[in-house]
Amino acid sequence: MRLPTGLVSRPMSILGTRVVRTEDPVFLTRGATYTDDLTDERLTGALHVTLVRSPLAHATINSIDVEEARNAPGVVAVFTGADCDIAPALLFPAANKKMLRPFLATDRVRYVGEAVAAVLTEEAYQGEDAADLVDVDYEPLDAVVDMKEALKDEVLLFPEAGTNSVTAMHLNKEEPGDDFFADCEVVVSREIVNQRVAAAPLETRAASAYWGEDGRCTIFCSTQNAQSARDEVAGWLGMDAKDLRLILPDVGGGFGAKIGADPEFALVAWLSKKVGRPVRWNESRSENMTGMVQGRAQLQTITIGGDRDGTVKAYRLDVVADAGAYPRLGVALPMFTRMMAPGTYDIPKVWSTAQVVATTTTSTAAYRGAGRPEATQAIERAMDLFADEIGMDPAELRKKNVVKPEQFPFTTKGGAEYDTGEYAKAIDLACEAANYEGLRAEQARRRERGDALQLGIGVSSYVEITGGGAFVENATVQVHADGTVTVLTGTSPHGQGHATAWAMLASEELGIPVEKITVKHGDTDLIPTGAGTMGSRSLQTGGVAVHNAAVELVELAKQRAADVLEASIDDLELDKATGSIVVKGAPGAKSVSLADLAGTEELKVFHEWDAKKPSFPFGAHVAVVEVDVESGKATVERIWALDDAGPILNPLIFDGQRHGGIAQGIAQAMLEEVVFDPEGQPLTATFADYGIPSAAELPSFDLVTMETPTTINSMGYKGVGEAGTIGSCPAVQNAVIDAVSHLGVRHIDMPLTPVRVWTAIKEAQEATR
Amino acid sequence: MIPVGFDYQRPESLDAALALLAEHGEDATVLAGGHSLLPVMKLRLAAPEIVIDIGRLAELNYIRVDGDEVAIGAGTRYRDIVISDVLAKECALLPAVTRTVGDPQVRHRGTLGGALAHGDPAGDLPAAILALEGTIVLRSPRGERKVPITEFYTGVFSSVKEPDELLVEIRVPRTGATGWAYEKFTRRSNDWAIVAVAVVTAPDGARRIGLVNMGSTPLRAKATEAALAEGKSIEEAAALAAEGTEPPADNAGTPEYRRHLVTVLTRRALQTAAG
Repeated sequence: MRLPTGLVSRPMSILGTRVVRTEDPVFLTRGATYTDDLTDERLTGALHVTLVRSPLAHATINSIDVEEARNAPGVVAVFTGADCDIAPALLFPAANKKMLRPFLATDRVRYVGEAVAAVLTEEAYQGEDAADLVDVDYEPLDAVVDMKEALKDEVLLFPEAGTNSVTAMHLNKEEPGDDFFADCEVVVSREIVNQRVAAAPLETRAASAYWGEDGRCTIFCSTQNAQSARDEVAGWLGMDAKDLRLILPDVGGGFGAKIGADPEFALVAWLSKKVGRPVRWNESRSENMTGMVQGRAQLQTITIGGDRDGTVKAYRLDVVADAGAYPRLGVALPMFTRMMAPGTYDIPKVWSTAQVVATTTTSTAAYRGAGRPEATQAIERAMDLFADEIGMDPAELRKKNVVKPEQFPFTTKGGAEYDTGEYAKAIDLACEAANYEGLRAEQARRRERGDALQLGIGVSSYVEITGGGAFVENATVQVHADGTVTVLTGTSPHGQGHATAWAMLASEELGIPVEKITVKHGDTDLIPTGAGTMGSRSLQTGGVAVHNAAVELVELAKQRAADVLEASIDDLELDKATGSIVVKGAPGAKSVSLADLAGTEELKVFHEWDAKKPSFPFGAHVAVVEVDVESGKATVERIWALDDAGPILNPLIFDGQRHGGIAQGIAQAMLEEVVFDPEGQPLTATFADYGIPSAAELPSFDLVTMETPTTINSMGYKGVGEAGTIGSCPAVQNAVIDAVSHLGVRHIDMPLTPVRVWTAIKEAQEATR
Repeated sequence: MIPVGFDYQRPESLDAALALLAEHGEDATVLAGGHSLLPVMKLRLAAPEIVIDIGRLAELNYIRVDGDEVAIGAGTRYRDIVISDVLAKECALLPAVTRTVGDPQVRHRGTLGGALAHGDPAGDLPAAILALEGTIVLRSPRGERKVPITEFYTGVFSSVKEPDELLVEIRVPRTGATGWAYEKFTRRSNDWAIVAVAVVTAPDGARRIGLVNMGSTPLRAKATEAALAEGKSIEEAAALAAEGTEPPADNAGTPEYRRHLVTVLTRRALQTAAG
């Protein structure tokens, strides 16, 4: 394999070293400054927005009486949908054009938590009191929570649309034919649920807005991409994007759920204009658990066929995806699920299809992995079901069917072009680290003895897409006369450590230490273009842009230095020890520092990098669980994770991303599920009810290293932000089912709660009786 | 997440607290640790007109041997119960159960009296005191009365305590340092129990069993206790643990599951208590 230039080993390189995150001292001492913490003078005297939210999942609104609220203490204004002249918006272009979202509900509400009125008060507490006084007369309608029920179109969310089906974008024109599985000795099929989960970032949604005398609006808000959020809000408000400025204070987690703008951002800007004062809005946790977009929510039918020797020949994935009440980014995600359907395997025949349906629930969008984990979970369950059916070891079955190293670049039947990978090696290394054979022997002993605590071993092999969809990113690198450096980036860190990582990349090329480099992001006046941070894209797009800009800056500096030093540019080089341009091979000769050059003329480079395509990181996880077969309680004991995302820029940040990702994957497998009752009432709207894990529910993570560079950029970098989630979740689900497979259990849907595991054991035993 | 407006009083003495309670009756709510009360107020599920804060009354904070019993002031924090030498020696079940309540922050704030007055059927302490056959001491300006825990609860979050009465003391028998067990079954370490079982050996040698989250109040596993008294094996007796229970249905479990789980946990607890 060709070695990308970035990998050529360099003496004293900062790349690949464990630089402690420069952003952490503030987070760990005085704390971050989130949107709601802002004391910006432009927000002086801001009114607080409290949104009156629907307690019903589906109802028509007969009337809204706001008189009593208007007269309550501290209330400056109350607005309803009748007052609001922001045109209802289509929140995702490919959705049914009739499925428009009003910014305040007018005639109908479609999920619990939908905003029906906005109360503006001098103090925040007055808003909650006054909101209680808004009297909404609802006429309840039947809720539709179940996706299959919704597909029947008996209860319609949008009667004007005539259907609950959101899009035809994932449907095929024709069926694959009856002979799809005809040449298979064994065919296994099963319906599985990839349950709805909540991103639950520690910082809930927030936005503040004010209008300047120049007619421009500034919105401080919590998002993963300021520039596209600005464009969305401008579109909703019918404004020129130039008249809108978005500023991002610290953002306390996003996990995909803060991609783009929320309709509330536009509402806050509109309210500010309406009352002629700055306003601020920050939702409560309970509001967040119904108002913020949620993830996954797919019903999948998997069918896998092949021969008894372990050759997988055909795979079919049929998806129903839940869009929630108002279609958003969740509409698009089955595209990734379908593209990644075959996973790491070279399967001759692959077929997939997806329907997306509206239900009277919270809207869905991206959540860590966003469409790819759903594909991985499906194929990895399918592989285990197939292995069980033919009596083959699941790790062996995987190795037999993965794409081989010599097949890269490999175009899959899902339509993806895998850049680089060594999938069998990853499985081998993870299994070796876990002492897979030893674990199987221990499992056999426990089964033999009939222990109450049974051992389960789960394997996953995965590949995913990073930097998909938004390939272009920009960076500006400027050296100042005082020797400091400013980096402007179009990425939007909210925990990813770009302040450190981008400084490392610039430092490497400029020979200026990290502590003299400041990274700025998230102000659309300062950085008008950029795609933000999502889809594990930042390093391979924005990071490479920083690298390229710094390289260009050195070239620019050499051109300028050629005049100063009266030397040919070809004879010059940057001495990274001093940050100066020197004549090659002439120590002691004249030199000029980058800082001095910057003192004469602005030394600044803007670079836009187009990756043109995504990369495909991969890996293998091995999870070990103990299942108490008497109570059904499963405990994750160990997890060995190999996540190969190319060369590692900073092992501290790289491993941190994996830790968080693995935790979220385990959380989905074991604990988390957003539940609505049949009337559409949320049953998991607090952290007491919703199962986010603490450290006590998680094992220590065993990380296995492998670095296979991509060929799509000079640095070899792929993305790692979502890898841990994608790999760990199926490994853990497979492990729990493996622990009780000798009792006849073949599948248990996530989350693998004690009651579900116990019920599965009981049903399997009753079936064999 | 902001409570409805309320008046706040922090009396300096127990008598002053009792006078305030007598004055305001059902309009008042007593605040001690606040870990049960404040969340429901913030969710606006409770909106008391006046909150009487007894959290700093030193008179209610004690653990002492009193005859055949240990007397514990209602305002005693969980943390003080967990580290009590007196309880470790005289009634070791109680600190063991208390150690499983919430997390360290909760245990530094929450009080035994608060947990018992709140009466959450999913709470750990009501069932533990039930297994211990403890006594609740209630006081009002009208006087003081002692109510056996077996007669205290009347339903979910409700008891025989009158609005003007304050729970001032809990009395438990001196059951010693051995012969007890607590099996708590949770989804996450800090969650309320899906089911839990407290077992203690009474001074007369009988084993008494308190069940958490198996009905609208804490319950005793009476059929199991009777079977043990008749000399049945632990396995046989534990299989009867769900008799007379009406466990709830929620995200964490079906009634059927809880009826099964309680037999497993009762067996394990009895085995542990037997040493």
